[in-house]
Amino acid sequence: MTRRQLIPIAALLLAACALPLVVSDYRVFQFNLVLVYAIALLGLNLLTGYNGQISLGHGAFYAIGAYCAAILMDKYGVPYWATLPVAGAVCLLAGFLFGLPALRLEGLYLALATFALGVSLPALLKYHHLERWTGGVQGIVIAKPDPPFGLPINADQWLYYFTLAVAIVMFLLAWNLLRGRVGRALVAIRDNHIATEAMGVNIAIYKSLAFGVSAMYTGVAGALGAIAIQYVAPDSFNIFLSLVFLIGIVIGGLASISGAIYGALFIQFVPNVADEISKAAPWAIFGIFLIGFVYLMPMGIAGAVRMAVAWLQRKAQNSRRPT
Amino acid sequence: MKLVPIAALLAVALASPAAFAQKKYDPGANDKEIRIGNTNPYSGPASAYGTIGKAIGAYFKMVNEQGGINGRQVVWMSYDDGYSPPKTVEMARKLVEQDQVLMLFQTLGTPSNTAIHKYMNMKKVPQSFVATGATKWNDPRNFPWTIGWQPNYQTEGRIYAQHILQNNPKAKIGILYQNDDYGKDYLKGMKDGLGDKAGMIVKEVSYEVSDPTVDSQIVQLQASGADTFFNITTPKFAAQAIRKAYDIGWKPTHYVNNVSASIGSVLKPAGLEKSVGLISTQYLKDPLDEQWKDDPSVKAWRDFMGKYYPDGNLADASNMYGYTVAQTLHQVLKQAGNNLTRDNVMKQAAALKGYRAETMLPGIRINTDTGDYAPIESVQLIRFDGQQWKRFGQILGK
Amino acid sequence: MDALLHQVLAGLATGGIYASLALALVMIYQATHLVNFAQGELAMFATYFAWSLINAGVPYWPAFFLTVIFAFVLGVVIERVIIRPVENAPVLAVVVVFIALLVILNSVTGWIYSYTIKTFPSPFPAEPIFGKYMSAHEAGAIGVTLVVLLLLFAFFRFTPLGLAMRAAAQNPDSARLVGIRVGWMLALGWGLAAAIGGVAGMMVAPIVYLDPNMMGGVLLYAFAAALVGGIDNPGGAVLGGFMVGVLENVLGAFVIGNELKLAVALVLIIGVLVVKPSGFFGKVFVTRV
Repeated sequence: MTRRQLIPIAALLLAACALPLVVSDYRVFQFNLVLVYAIALLGLNLLTGYNGQISLGHGAFYAIGAYCAAILMDKYGVPYWATLPVAGAVCLLAGFLFGLPALRLEGLYLALATFALGVSLPALLKYHHLERWTGGVQGIVIAKPDPPFGLPINADQWLYYFTLAVAIVMFLLAWNLLRGRVGRALVAIRDNHIATEAMGVNIAIYKSLAFGVSAMYTGVAGALGAIAIQYVAPDSFNIFLSLVFLIGIVIGGLASISGAIYGALFIQFVPNVADEISKAAPWAIFGIFLIGFVYLMPMGIAGAVRMAVAWLQRKAQNSRRPT
Repeated sequence: MKLVPIAALLAVALASPAAFAQKKYDPGANDKEIRIGNTNPYSGPASAYGTIGKAIGAYFKMVNEQGGINGRQVVWMSYDDGYSPPKTVEMARKLVEQDQVLMLFQTLGTPSNTAIHKYMNMKKVPQSFVATGATKWNDPRNFPWTIGWQPNYQTEGRIYAQHILQNNPKAKIGILYQNDDYGKDYLKGMKDGLGDKAGMIVKEVSYEVSDPTVDSQIVQLQASGADTFFNITTPKFAAQAIRKAYDIGWKPTHYVNNVSASIGSVLKPAGLEKSVGLISTQYLKDPLDEQWKDDPSVKAWRDFMGKYYPDGNLADASNMYGYTVAQTLHQVLKQAGNNLTRDNVMKQAAALKGYRAETMLPGIRINTDTGDYAPIESVQLIRFDGQQWKRFGQILGK
Repeated sequence: MDALLHQVLAGLATGGIYASLALALVMIYQATHLVNFAQGELAMFATYFAWSLINAGVPYWPAFFLTVIFAFVLGVVIERVIIRPVENAPVLAVVVVFIALLVILNSVTGWIYSYTIKTFPSPFPAEPIFGKYMSAHEAGAIGVTLVVLLLLFAFFRFTPLGLAMRAAAQNPDSARLVGIRVGWMLALGWGLAAAIGGVAGMMVAPIVYLDPNMMGGVLLYAFAAALVGGIDNPGGAVLGGFMVGVLENVLGAFVIGNELKLAVALVLIIGVLVVKPSGFFGKVFVTRV
């Protein structure tokens, strides 16, 4: 990365760290959720944006991660931080196992298969034979973790910093993955899988792994989300959640790491804004926002930012050139 | 030694009505206003219930126009949570931490309220008169800041079970239930009420809110040979079930739960002639029931709807529910007088003795005390005769 | 045995519901090569329009045809005004626009008409036909769906306009070269799909009652039905609809119970698609490198 690119990122990190110290607890809680969604969206973007495999069911992996955390914390007394690797591992496996048969499916058919996954998972969570573990329709209530070592911050702030740390690690991992050979292979598969296969890339492994890693990210996000909300219930993870994730990556910017952050900010705050504008039909306002964003920024916010930066750079170059 | 008499004097002075004049406020209340917070599903799969939040808002608009409560205007702040617990948590935190409301009122939905249950009690902010019939809200020992309002679902299920045991001890019971906390709570109530006779249940089938119809389930129930049917549904599916049962010639003794007993939202769409013989329980007056046509309280409600909530549907019993529960809060806040601390609000909520709003059925009263956080526990069994819900038997519950 | 037959009949009745919406999905796919998630809500909205007309005193059949025209116009307008400006955006962005349409229509309908269920009349008599397990309306609705299917089939196979529409969707550039107004083909496709959806809604509403969330659950089944029958084959979609309806009912009553019947039905459908990716009756496309 050039120094030029590092400066805004450093600034962002600084702002993110300073945030809990200047805003109210409620806002800290909201931004905590933004971080959670950013990780989830990064996962989905890996699969759909970079690798071209559409998923309308990522809410299912988010739910699996959330329930992993909840069950481990509630029934087995596992500390909250230890639930993250477990949630990640379970979802990595689940994603991979789903990705294997999904290899045969493309486009619409894959959309249906993932849609089916997203619709079926709440039903499974409510299934009365599994009630003993999942808590059935009642859900599971979990306790909020306290700051360790008696740090002079409150629980909300601690959870935010914890989530921020996890987010930074996961974003770095993704960035590293995507700029290397794996990233190139994923994008090549998306753009022209026949040519890619002809070049000797093992499509099956990459595509299934993409599913697995993508599910892992979203699963870890789910676990963090469950810890923040302190409650999981089957109907929180309905198909609409999967659609909201899709909206997040499209509005944020497909095939873009920063897009995950923009998308997370969008899906967290814009529904609230819509609710303020109209009590009568809040989702109609949200829908109008969606259409507006797609119309004005078809490549997502990240795309628009890129274009704006490029335009500014060109202007700067032009003004430096002698006429 | 002198301190004791002085203390005694002070105690007497403070306890006397003169204390009414002392103003005590918690965040959300002052000389001019009382801020009340709420979350309701104005969007999403449960958006049909959003009309309750609107009806309550309209009620307080009326109260404000009539001078407010003890001279204070009510500020009604209701946010959409889409029936999604994470959103409810976020909105509840917003109301308590940012909007600084005095209390929450009628937050709707069992999962939504479960999600904020611990939080509200930790913050010591009233989670008052929640809009769900789950049993867990009556736990003043562990959750002193949470109180329910409507008769709880398990009690209702038990009442139907008792009725079956008394009138048809050899019944074969078939149950249709919505596969969520609401449906399962009723189911548990019936099973508990049947006790060791729970074997009378020959078939229980569930459905999801996203299912287009429950026709297949009704056919299954008929095939099981059940002659008694406990219909635990929400209005749309209740209407489908009632109509389908009639159409396929299945004529069980048919119990429908209270939420789906509305003439306007359920029986009329199903077909009044197909609804003859339905048994349910009720604690409010059904706005479309002919017997209340000239009842002054129902007339007052209609006037209220026309003036303050003209978009509201007069056939929707939820609007009667919202109006009535708002009156209960009105009473509690009136009783609180100038002591608008959260503590006192809960104290007054737990001090309703024999209170009733006129839109409740005759004989139904609200009773609460520090050990009893279930305001309405009494219901009346009713049977539909094709035109009206006829009350029979005594008032059950407390 | 009786119980099985009853479930099959009930399944055919609900299958008819899925089939009618699946036809609209096939229509929109044939015209645009996209699956419109808002198709169900469009159908529901058109049905409310019909309800308003009937409530105002318009007799059934005039209201029916006025609604079909209204739905057609609405479809065309949506395509021209909302979809056209984003046609060069990535496919997923267009999908987001569909989702936006879905929530807008749902929310606005709830706001205008409230969420209390409404009865919608049926043009068919009230007495049941095939015993008590399928009403005359349900049978009639299946009949209407079959008529629409035949019309659609004839339109695509035998009319120049239908051919032009399919060409525009499959290869817009070549179609333009032979003089086909691709933009208007898309708009026409949307209009026809919305009209078919309107018919579907008016057939479905008497069975499930009219409310803003009427089509939500149906959409998934219709989507599955359309795919399993071959997304480009209207006949396959209708057959798919019936298969899904019967499968779901039989699974729920006899195999897996009602809680998991949706999940299992979908798993089976996806299983079929894994083995036969273009569905039972779809055409297999061979991509040339």
